[in-house]
Amino acid sequence: MDRRDFLLTSAALGAGLTVGCTPDTGRREGRGLPTADPAIRDLMMHALDAARAAGAHYADVRVSVNRSQSVSTREERVQQVSDSETMGLGVRALADGAWGFAATADLTRDAVAEAARQAARQARANRAGLLAPVELAPAPAVPDGRWRAAARIDPFTIPIEEKVALLLDANRAALAVTHVRFVTSAMSFLRLDKSFASTEGTFTHQVLFRSNPRLTATAVASDGSDFQSRESTIVQPKGLGWEHVLDADLVGNAPGWAEDAARKLSARPVDPGVYDLVLLPSHLWLTIHESIAHPTELDRIMGYEANYAGTSFIWPLEEYLGRFRYGPEIMNIQAERSSPGSLSAAGWDDEGVAPSEYHIVRDGVLWDLQTTRELVRYMRPWYEQSGQPIASHGQSYAASWSEVQFHRMPNINLLPHPDRDVSLDELVGGVERGIMIEGDGSFSIDQQRYNAQFGGQVFHEIRDGRVVGMLKDVAYQMRTPDFWNSMDLIGGPSTYFMGGAFNDGKGQPSQLNAVSHSCVPARFRNVNVINTGRS
Amino acid sequence: MATQPLTESEARALAERVLDLSQADEARVNLRSSRETNTRFANNQITTSGDVSDATLTVRSVFGRRTGTATTNRFDDASLRRAVETSERLARLSPEDPEYMGQLGPQAYPAAAEPWFESTAALSDEQRAAAARLITETARSRGLVATGFIPTRAASEAVATSAGLFAYTRRTSVALTTTVRTPDGRGSGWAGTNVFNWQDLDVRALAGRAADKAESSRGARPVEPGRWTVILEPTAVGSFVGFLMGALSARSADEGRSAFARPGGTRLGERLLDERVTIYSDPADPALSAEPFNSEGLPNRRMVWFERGALRSLQYDRYWAERQGVGPTGFADAYAMSGGAASVEEMIASTERGLLVTRFWYMRSVDQRSILYTGLTRDGTFLVERGRVVGPVQNLRWNESPLNVLANIEMLGVPQPVLRSEAGETGAAALMPALKVRGFRFTSVSDAV
Repeated sequence: MDRRDFLLTSAALGAGLTVGCTPDTGRREGRGLPTADPAIRDLMMHALDAARAAGAHYADVRVSVNRSQSVSTREERVQQVSDSETMGLGVRALADGAWGFAATADLTRDAVAEAARQAARQARANRAGLLAPVELAPAPAVPDGRWRAAARIDPFTIPIEEKVALLLDANRAALAVTHVRFVTSAMSFLRLDKSFASTEGTFTHQVLFRSNPRLTATAVASDGSDFQSRESTIVQPKGLGWEHVLDADLVGNAPGWAEDAARKLSARPVDPGVYDLVLLPSHLWLTIHESIAHPTELDRIMGYEANYAGTSFIWPLEEYLGRFRYGPEIMNIQAERSSPGSLSAAGWDDEGVAPSEYHIVRDGVLWDLQTTRELVRYMRPWYEQSGQPIASHGQSYAASWSEVQFHRMPNINLLPHPDRDVSLDELVGGVERGIMIEGDGSFSIDQQRYNAQFGGQVFHEIRDGRVVGMLKDVAYQMRTPDFWNSMDLIGGPSTYFMGGAFNDGKGQPSQLNAVSHSCVPARFRNVNVINTGRS
Repeated sequence: MATQPLTESEARALAERVLDLSQADEARVNLRSSRETNTRFANNQITTSGDVSDATLTVRSVFGRRTGTATTNRFDDASLRRAVETSERLARLSPEDPEYMGQLGPQAYPAAAEPWFESTAALSDEQRAAAARLITETARSRGLVATGFIPTRAASEAVATSAGLFAYTRRTSVALTTTVRTPDGRGSGWAGTNVFNWQDLDVRALAGRAADKAESSRGARPVEPGRWTVILEPTAVGSFVGFLMGALSARSADEGRSAFARPGGTRLGERLLDERVTIYSDPADPALSAEPFNSEGLPNRRMVWFERGALRSLQYDRYWAERQGVGPTGFADAYAMSGGAASVEEMIASTERGLLVTRFWYMRSVDQRSILYTGLTRDGTFLVERGRVVGPVQNLRWNESPLNVLANIEMLGVPQPVLRSEAGETGAAALMPALKVRGFRFTSVSDAV
């Protein structure tokens, strides 16, 4: 089969797709995308009408086509090549202050109208015992919104042989390193094509891309007494296309990752104790995710997620907003859904709100929280006091048509040092006895986001301002407010790096969110380190 | 689209349509379909609910030893043809798989009653709302705040191959979890379970249990981390058995990268746990109702993984089993651990100083070499002194391995069904006893309630 055949088939997989050519890349890709199709839009309007006729005061409807592909390998062998495309419609109805949600893969007029009626029926059943009816904060209508991710090359247009060859080349490069006996590598891609319509007159159509190339090398000691792995954590999942795989250079980087795995076999087990830590962005993004991004979710704070994800140490609001010192004055935490290539980037959230870019922590002090149209009412006293409008920041998201939208975090970033371009060398230079941690590893945090434990991929021992060797079996334990207030210096703009999570779980039923966290390296004083090894 | 989940005859007809379209040397069709409903509540009122029907079809096409798969949830002729063609194209473009084992022909499956209950499959929005309200009213009447989740699932799975295999199974399940908190945020209690039959769920009892724990956990004091005697309720024991079950890959052990590897071999046959511990899967056991086959259509069968503390079997897939000259084990999704006769009250009465644990949270692997995990206690942790519960304690972080916990057992309770999902989702069954365990390692105190 020639390349052209593959492209045609690949692009034609979606119902109603035609093949076109994007001018900026010259590559073929699916266009005239299905959820922007006028027939789909009519179907969405039909569902909204049915919801209204069944008693809904407000309703919204989402249709999405989720296209995914993954290729996974180990050593010389391809483990799996798979391609998936699913499509359906979900409708959410609000009646007398109570929600209902129904979803169907059956895109006939009868089936979507029945789903809409079903959502309205649920809402009526859910009114019993209502104490505080849902009220949605106003949001401007968007009559015809269009948005497309910054991806340059649609990964679904790249032949599978090219993907397989790249991964197997990377595996070979890793296996050439002494002691490295196992390697797994994979790449997965998602194209999410989704439309949203509401009874308030909003209609949006958006196309998101996600790409996640990765590799893990495992070294085994000659006598079988130990094994150590190293993941490719400098390569982070992104809201980009195939260009991200090319930039990741798995083949060129594999030997270095493999050597790290082999070096870990003979690295010195850490002595437990108190150390200064220099946390690199490939590690720190996850600490930010767990100890800043999650505790500043307003639904969690107000008890909506107490049965699973938990609540937050940030409560009651009036004691924290504008008062709580999260960290030093150089600490600024930004929320946004606009960074090109970030996983949370979108033109509108899943209730039609254009996301804002704002500070959650300003000069070290907690200043704002993440909000949706339903939740923002809890912010009214603080917003009135601080002169801000009572409007959602645009944090509503659903993983798919089959899941109801709810509060999910946007990109939450630790901004660079506000005054100067501090280098990594300067951060390390100020440490007498410490550890520099690269890459995210094991992670766990309590349900109010106080007590956490984090591992990593590679642990560099610092003595008298210099990296002197490698350690292993390192994890640090921390208490969120103490930890962030022990941060005394952060990197400048030239050290800013985007990390992220492909699969952040929350909600019941549990849904996955993809989110980026950009950050700089940072130095923390006197952190408790434990040894996780066998001894 | 038909009402979900697909019946056996619908699944068979659909699979045959797809296999008829196949041009490949071999092909396999996997069909998964479900109707899932749920009701959530928080702050003593219902917050959301849902009703979702979907079915997906995955076709695997094989040319020689080259394979590819494609998945769709649209079953019109054109969509099915596209899925078949895509999987065939991917297969042709893939390199040969030296470990490909061929598609299975007809198999014999364990005779077991299907865990299908109309009381669950037909549970209405109003019934779920009434159950939620029973819990929120219980909490409200006691000045407490209830949060919770009631998901139901009615699902079927089918596998068909070009070699003539067809297998079908269906099941219902329902879970209920509730976390009840004191309005001042100083106390929190949890109760939950997972059953096949809605009628087996005692909503009132679960509500009362979570409320009791919330009230009695208010005003917790810190205790020193370190090694403690612990009394683990069955849900907490299920977490540790789950870690062990996740580490049973024979291939990893043979390759020297598993806790069950030793220089030059595996630890099969070694006594690693307390001799009262036997852990098994059994698709024919109605209390477990494990799935009768895996995604290849391979029958799951009774397997004893640990017998009187000794490692009896690791998990072999078809390729690794052939290479090692043994039979494939299958891997039933439901499992049970043997128990004893002790009640939690008797465990408390026999304890000079220890901690009573309701459940664990945010458990993550720390070191595969020793199956070391970390996590925290949550929603009801109490100090036991001189044979009685004397008060709540602050939650604690632990770093522990099932190889220690299940080796250091002092007393065992009667096994009972537990919820395995941290997220409160429905899922496969597990029967777990409560345990009294010595020397459990806590590493720090948490402020979280």
